[in-house]
Amino acid sequence: MAINKEVVDHVAYLARIQLSEEETGKLAKQLEGIVAFIDALKDVNVEHISPTSHILPMQNVLREDIPCQSLPIDKVLMNAPQPEGGFFGVPKIIE
Amino acid sequence: MELAKLTCHELLDLIKDRKISSEHIGDDLQKRIQQNDPKVRAYVRGAQPGGLEVSSEIDTQSILKGIPVTVKDNICTEGMNTECCSRILEGFRPPYDATVIKKLKEAGASIFPVKANMDEFAFGSSTENSRFGPTRNPWDIERVPGGSSGGAAAAVAADEAVWALGSDTGGSIRQPAAFCGVVGLKPTYGRVSRYGLIAFASSLDQIGPLTKDVQDCVLLTGIIAGYDPRDSTSVDVEVPDYTRALVKDVKGLRVGIPKEYFVEGIDPEVKSTVEAAIQKLKDLGIICKEISLPHTRYAVPVYYIIATAEASSNLARFDGVQYGYRSREGKAKNNLIEMYTKTRGEGFGQEAKRRILLGTFVLSHGYYEAYYLRALKVRTLIKRDFDDVFKDCDCVITPTSPTPAFKINERIEDPLKMYLSDLYTISANLAGIPGISIPCGFTSAGLPVGLQILAKPFGEETLFRAAYTYEQNTPWHLQKPKL
Repeated sequence: MAINKEVVDHVAYLARIQLSEEETGKLAKQLEGIVAFIDALKDVNVEHISPTSHILPMQNVLREDIPCQSLPIDKVLMNAPQPEGGFFGVPKIIE
Repeated sequence: MELAKLTCHELLDLIKDRKISSEHIGDDLQKRIQQNDPKVRAYVRGAQPGGLEVSSEIDTQSILKGIPVTVKDNICTEGMNTECCSRILEGFRPPYDATVIKKLKEAGASIFPVKANMDEFAFGSSTENSRFGPTRNPWDIERVPGGSSGGAAAAVAADEAVWALGSDTGGSIRQPAAFCGVVGLKPTYGRVSRYGLIAFASSLDQIGPLTKDVQDCVLLTGIIAGYDPRDSTSVDVEVPDYTRALVKDVKGLRVGIPKEYFVEGIDPEVKSTVEAAIQKLKDLGIICKEISLPHTRYAVPVYYIIATAEASSNLARFDGVQYGYRSREGKAKNNLIEMYTKTRGEGFGQEAKRRILLGTFVLSHGYYEAYYLRALKVRTLIKRDFDDVFKDCDCVITPTSPTPAFKINERIEDPLKMYLSDLYTISANLAGIPGISIPCGFTSAGLPVGLQILAKPFGEETLFRAAYTYEQNTPWHLQKPKL
C-alpha cells in the first residue's frame, strides 16, 4: 500500500485536520513506513477467528431512566471559546 | 528529616505518631520542586513557584490525612487546568472531578495543584511530545523519563511527589516506572473507573499508581479501584483488601518466562539484570518454567491499529466548539469546516496528527477489513496466548522495556523505533490483564531496569505478593538519583 500525498490529503480531510504542504510530505513518508510495518498482520491466519472489540465478557449495561441533576449551564459553558446566550457559538452554517 | 524522600505509608506512620503534620509535607515538597524541577521538569509549565500550595483543609480522621497526590495532566480535576499537554485543550478547567480524584478526596488526599507532564494525549513513550517541553530522567537528565506518564514517574523518582496517578494504554505507566526506577501498576481492564480520564483508546486505557514502593502501590490501588456506574466498562467485582497481599513469601508460585521476550532487540544489560532478578525469585521459592506467547511479535502492529483507530474517534470531540482552543485565523472566522480544520491543524502536535491520520486511515472505506478488523482478530489470538499460559502459571515475568532510558531526541524523528519501546508492555493492554513494573537493578551507566510481572484478570494480589517479596529482599527501591 503506497501512502502518497493524495492519500494523506484525503485522510486529513476526513479527520478535519489542516496540514501544511511540508507536513503532508513528511507524514506521507512516515505513514508509509508505519503501514508497511502493520502489514505484518497479513501473515497471520485469522480464518474462523472472531474479533475482540472488548476484552471482558460484557453485555449492554442498562440502568433505570431516572431524572437527576445535570451540570448547570454556566459550568457547561465555562470552557466554551464562544458562549452565546446559553449556547455554544459557531460560525454561521446557513446562509 | 527530608519528608519529600519518604513513602506515603512512612509519612502516615509519622503523622500517626504525631511527629509531623501534613502541612510539613507540602512545604517540603515545594522546596524540593523549586530545587529539582528546573532540571527535571516533571510538572507542566515548569511548576511556577507560587502555584504549589497544597490545600490546607485536612481531615485528620481520614485515611490519607491531607497527603498530596500528583496527577497526570489527562485526569480531570475540578477547576484545575487539565490540558493533556496539548494546545487544543489550552486553559481547560474541568467542571467536575474524575472518579479516581473524587475517591482520593474522600480518602482525605490533597490533589497537588500542578499537573504532571505527559506526551500530548498520552501519545508517546518519552514525554517529548508535550507542548510544555520534555521531562528529563532524574537518573540522567540527558535521557527521557519514558512515557507517556513520564512527568509522574520522574516526579516520584526525584522526590518531587509523594506518589502519583498515571494512565496506561500500551505501557504508559509501566515503561516510565522502569526508566525512572519506581513502581508502576496497570490494573486489570475494568478494575479502576475511567470516568474523567480524557480518553485515548477506550478498549485499552487504565488509570494506575506510580509510587516509591510496593506498599504505597497497594494502598493507592485499594483507594482508586472499584465499580463506578459512571463508567460502564468498570467491573462490579469486589475490591479485596490488597494489604493482605503484602506477604514476603513466594514459595510455590508458578511463574512463566516467555521465550519471545528475551530474543533479538533486548539490551544485553537489561537481559542480564532481569535474569538475575528471576534467579533471586527462584532462590526465594518461585517455580519457573519457560513458556511461549507465540503471537507476541504481532502485538505492536495490532496495537498501533486499534489504539490509533480508537484515538481518531475519541479525539473527534476536539473541534473548537465546546472547550479548548479555537482558531480565529482567516476563513475560520466565518466558515465552520474551516474553523474545524484550522483549529485541529493548529491545536494538535505532530504525533497526535500522525496517530489521528493513521487511525482514520485504518478505519476508512476500503481499508477497514484489511487493517482494523484483522487487528481485532489477531487481538483475540494474543488474548488466547495468555489464557493458555494462565492455565498453569500464576504469573508471567518479563523485562518491562527492551532498553533502559534512551537519550532525548534519539527516537523522536523515528516513530517506528519509538513505538518499539512498548514491545513488552502492549500485550497486557490488548489482553486486559494487570501488570506491574518494579525496580530490579541498574545498568553499568547507572540507569534503572524494570521487572514486569503479569497476572490473569483481577490477579492484582498475585502481582503484589511477588513484587513485595522481591522488593523486600533487594535494595533497588531504596536507591535515589543524585540531582
